[in-house]
Amino acid sequence: MSVEQLLAVLIDGIIYSAWLFVAAVGLTLIYGVMKIVNVTHGSFYALGAYAAASITGALLARGMPPSLSYAVLLGSALLVTLVVAPLIERGILRFMYAKDEVVILLITYALFLILEDAIKLIWGVSPYFIAQPYGLLGSFDVLDLTYPYYNLILVGVAILCGGGLAWMLNHTRTGKLLVAVIHDTEVSRAMGINVERMYLFTFTFGSMLAAVGGAFTAPTVSVVPGLGVEVIVLSFAVVVIGGLGSLPGAALGAVIVGLVRSATIHYLPQVELFVIYLVMAMVLAFRPRGLFSLAEARKI
Amino acid sequence: MHGLKKVVAAAVAAALVPAFAAAQEAPPLKIGVVSFLSGAAAGPFGVPARNAAEIMVEMLNAAKVPAPYATKGFGGAALQMQLVDEAGPATTQVTEFRNLVQRDNVDVVIGYISSGNCLAIAPVAEELKKLTVFFDCGTPRIFEEKSYKYVFRTASTATMDSVGAALYVMDMKKGKINSIAGVNQNYAWGQDSWSDFEASMKKLAPGVKVGTSQMPKLFAGQYNAEISTILAAKADVVHSSFWDGDLEAFILQAGPRGLFKRSTVVLTTGETAMYKLAEHIPDGVVIGARGPYGPYAPDSELNRWFSKTFEDRYNVPPNYAAYQMAQAILGTKAAWEKAQAANGGKRPDTDQVIAAFERLTFDSPGGRIEMAIGAGHQAITETVYGVSKKVKGKMTVANVKRYPASAVNPPDGVKAADWIAGGFKK
Repeated sequence: MSVEQLLAVLIDGIIYSAWLFVAAVGLTLIYGVMKIVNVTHGSFYALGAYAAASITGALLARGMPPSLSYAVLLGSALLVTLVVAPLIERGILRFMYAKDEVVILLITYALFLILEDAIKLIWGVSPYFIAQPYGLLGSFDVLDLTYPYYNLILVGVAILCGGGLAWMLNHTRTGKLLVAVIHDTEVSRAMGINVERMYLFTFTFGSMLAAVGGAFTAPTVSVVPGLGVEVIVLSFAVVVIGGLGSLPGAALGAVIVGLVRSATIHYLPQVELFVIYLVMAMVLAFRPRGLFSLAEARKI
Repeated sequence: MHGLKKVVAAAVAAALVPAFAAAQEAPPLKIGVVSFLSGAAAGPFGVPARNAAEIMVEMLNAAKVPAPYATKGFGGAALQMQLVDEAGPATTQVTEFRNLVQRDNVDVVIGYISSGNCLAIAPVAEELKKLTVFFDCGTPRIFEEKSYKYVFRTASTATMDSVGAALYVMDMKKGKINSIAGVNQNYAWGQDSWSDFEASMKKLAPGVKVGTSQMPKLFAGQYNAEISTILAAKADVVHSSFWDGDLEAFILQAGPRGLFKRSTVVLTTGETAMYKLAEHIPDGVVIGARGPYGPYAPDSELNRWFSKTFEDRYNVPPNYAAYQMAQAILGTKAAWEKAQAANGGKRPDTDQVIAAFERLTFDSPGGRIEMAIGAGHQAITETVYGVSKKVKGKMTVANVKRYPASAVNPPDGVKAADWIAGGFKK
């Protein structure tokens, strides 16, 4: 167990954690505010990746300076979410809030399947590549290993998303209203908070985080149908480990999963396939509501 | 009056002749074609295979395929194709297969890219007694672990790819290989590919060390940690049987990290990505095509016709998945027509087609195919490897070496692992 290898475990783990956190944090936000286990989160991740790959690719082909591609990746994710998320929330979900959580889960699953097919209708089944931003910034060496600087962008995006969200929740009026809704929807409504507007904002913002995750992953992968499936499974694992609805929980869950997976790949690759679920099972065995679950007052 | 009667009689006869001829025409044959139409495997594999199936069915029905396949359809009977998406778990595929056979009454099923799906479908095909031809999946376990009457595979197994890759890198590096590493998907195809490659290398280069063997989950997409361990292993040769979007993601992530510079990387299915990702694959990467397909296909009339027809319609050259689909359809046609000829020109039943298919030798755009192992149900072919080389910015292959079928496939009745461990005895 050399120092070099430990360092590699740490770096690989942090890169993976950053990716996981960006993909999963919106899921925990939406659950926290709206109490929806939102399966369409995976669709927004895929939509972000597709929008980023197609828009950035088209602009690069038309002579856009490659250095602008990072802004275009971000802009594409914001654009696609601002179009699709309000449509889904206002058009479908708002009629379902009175229904049981399981029913809403099934509805978001149905929407996930519809969006998967819609993606195929719009973009087809052939892969999209937008690899220029990945190698554009060059790479750095850590001892004997080379990493592209782009990985640092991913870590930066994760820190910005997490930090920005924490700041928004704690230091802005909208954030404080959201915290009130998280705490008690009925009392918030009685106090005059426009809960419906908060739901629209939360769903759009949470979905946007997934789309940003997809957009910044696009340069490192082949953007193909089914991209969101793997992500939604991993994201659920992360937020369940951390505690559904908890922002620090999502961060800690992502770090735990990232580091454990990285250590396993380096030291015991045979068990990599199920190690994430092993961690999840162990956490849930001792903390059935996740690491950061809050004590809940019983409502009568 | 008599004259008028004759005219009327002649007119009636003339009108009836085509109807009579139509009544005599063989009723159409229904073939179920299963390929990935969605999911990560659709773009690089499933859709090119589907496109090849569409071309072949259309051209066979129009009797426009060159000799020896110039007759219409199968033995004069037109083909009706029913497409099924291979995406989804193996349980879904078993249900879809039952639907094809029991609800849609297809005469033959041709399909399956995933080794996992082939392993699940084979016993069901046997249970339903339906002629089933696997066109692409690679795990050698299918005919090694059981024998099947109704199941055939017209593509070679992963053993050929792995042994061929080992022979090629030994030739390329003149035997000077001290260490190897692998990154393969964690299911039947990846596991079998790696175990055959590792065993072959240990036989060909005794004392070779295994730096690391990584087995990420299928469709994992993120390979930073795996690439770190492979880079740290500093292996002379890195083997990967990755396919679909995983292969493309691996190439995109490994390139900027210098893996292609540090080791000789073997991509046994690299041909499916070599044109799309040409700018990300440096010279010197060993490219496989799972046999003599794509850039490695022989210069024959059948190949020229197939590649031109495919490229004219779809604006891209056919990749190996397309070749293998065409090969499966032509192999089934060859067996069907051999059985029909033996049956006095009448439509053969399934048992007769099976008897004709066993140990059949037929031509495909990829060359001569022999149903030589698996008791005559499993094909063998020669295999070919080369390295990537850009010529005037266009991706090509160089240092191409061909290995005859008998050098890269076990003899009939011998398990791949035993054959490799025994020193590749013919």
